[in-house]
Amino acid sequence: MTLDPRTSVINQRLARTSRIIAVSSGKGGVGKSMVATTLALTLAHNGCKVGLFDLDFTSPSTHIILGAKNVQPKEEKGIVPPTVHGLEYMSLVYFVGDNPAPLRGEDVSNALIELLAVTQWGTLDFLVIDMPPGIGDVILDLVRLIKRIEFLIVTTPSLLAFETVKKQVALLCELKMPIIGVVENMKRDLAEDIEVETGKLGLKYLGEIPFDPQVEGAIGDEEKLLNTAIAKKLKRVSKVIILMEKREP
Amino acid sequence: MHEWALAEAILTSAKQVAERECLKEVTEVTVRVGALQQVERPILRFALLQIKDDVFKNAKFRILKAKSTLKCRVCGTSWDYDIKKMGRNAAEAIHFIPEVAHTYVKCPKCGSPDFEIVSGRGVWLENIKGAK
Repeated sequence: MTLDPRTSVINQRLARTSRIIAVSSGKGGVGKSMVATTLALTLAHNGCKVGLFDLDFTSPSTHIILGAKNVQPKEEKGIVPPTVHGLEYMSLVYFVGDNPAPLRGEDVSNALIELLAVTQWGTLDFLVIDMPPGIGDVILDLVRLIKRIEFLIVTTPSLLAFETVKKQVALLCELKMPIIGVVENMKRDLAEDIEVETGKLGLKYLGEIPFDPQVEGAIGDEEKLLNTAIAKKLKRVSKVIILMEKREP
Repeated sequence: MHEWALAEAILTSAKQVAERECLKEVTEVTVRVGALQQVERPILRFALLQIKDDVFKNAKFRILKAKSTLKCRVCGTSWDYDIKKMGRNAAEAIHFIPEVAHTYVKCPKCGSPDFEIVSGRGVWLENIKGAK
């Protein structure tokens, strides 16, 4: 007998978390990490207790967006995430620093299971997860291990990005996973193609976020981040999410 | 003390097996700990004894070691992980998340970080004995 005991405690570790939202997309470069981080901050500014979990192990970036410096988790009957700008924040960067983490699929799964098994989250209204792009190991493992996860899909106005979103949505529907809706990021014009296409998929179009050239200057600065066009739009999205009833599979 | 979280996982998992096999009492739990994660066996044992509930009242906990073998995917070299060759911070990071070995450990022959963790990764349940 060879039995991995870690998966048996994952749902117990998340028992005090009301809702788990995976910010996801079929493609990289659509601003998923920025949306996840800013959404977490706006939810917290709406009075919610929020955690942010960076699961993009090979290309983590939420720590840079947040400006998380000189923080480390505490070891206490597991790993307790430090609080950064009001968010309980967990990332693989605590363990690899600025060094690359070249992980293959099996390693990604194992690292994910380890973090889920040993991270001691507090009482949270929302745990926002920054997902890696695509429909690989992390999404399949999360769906397998956490039945009550909800997905928020990010796309750009590009039909190339939306094509990959369609695949992700098809997979999530097949797996009977709830999808909160679609956010259209980096919008530069008034075209309604993505809104129309989202409607065709039977999903809620949560709104558009205009392309904001100022956002680069806000990276690492919570106050500036919360004044970006992204944050202003996501404040509305976060209110919708708060009012939305928990979506069950 | 993240051994406590692992102890909790071991007991939860062992209890699930005991229920599935209709065991009224667990008499022995065998756990194997891999050299890569370097779980502190005395702390793990202490945590198991502190957390255990009635079904494990008379259980003996056997905590065995396993060496960790790594195999380079580029040149095929196999070698055993040796914590003595690691710096303190790297060893501690690997202790928490063994996969971050790919950040700190390189193939001794070709220097690649692309290796397979063939054995001895973390903690696993090897055997459970009990009475029906």
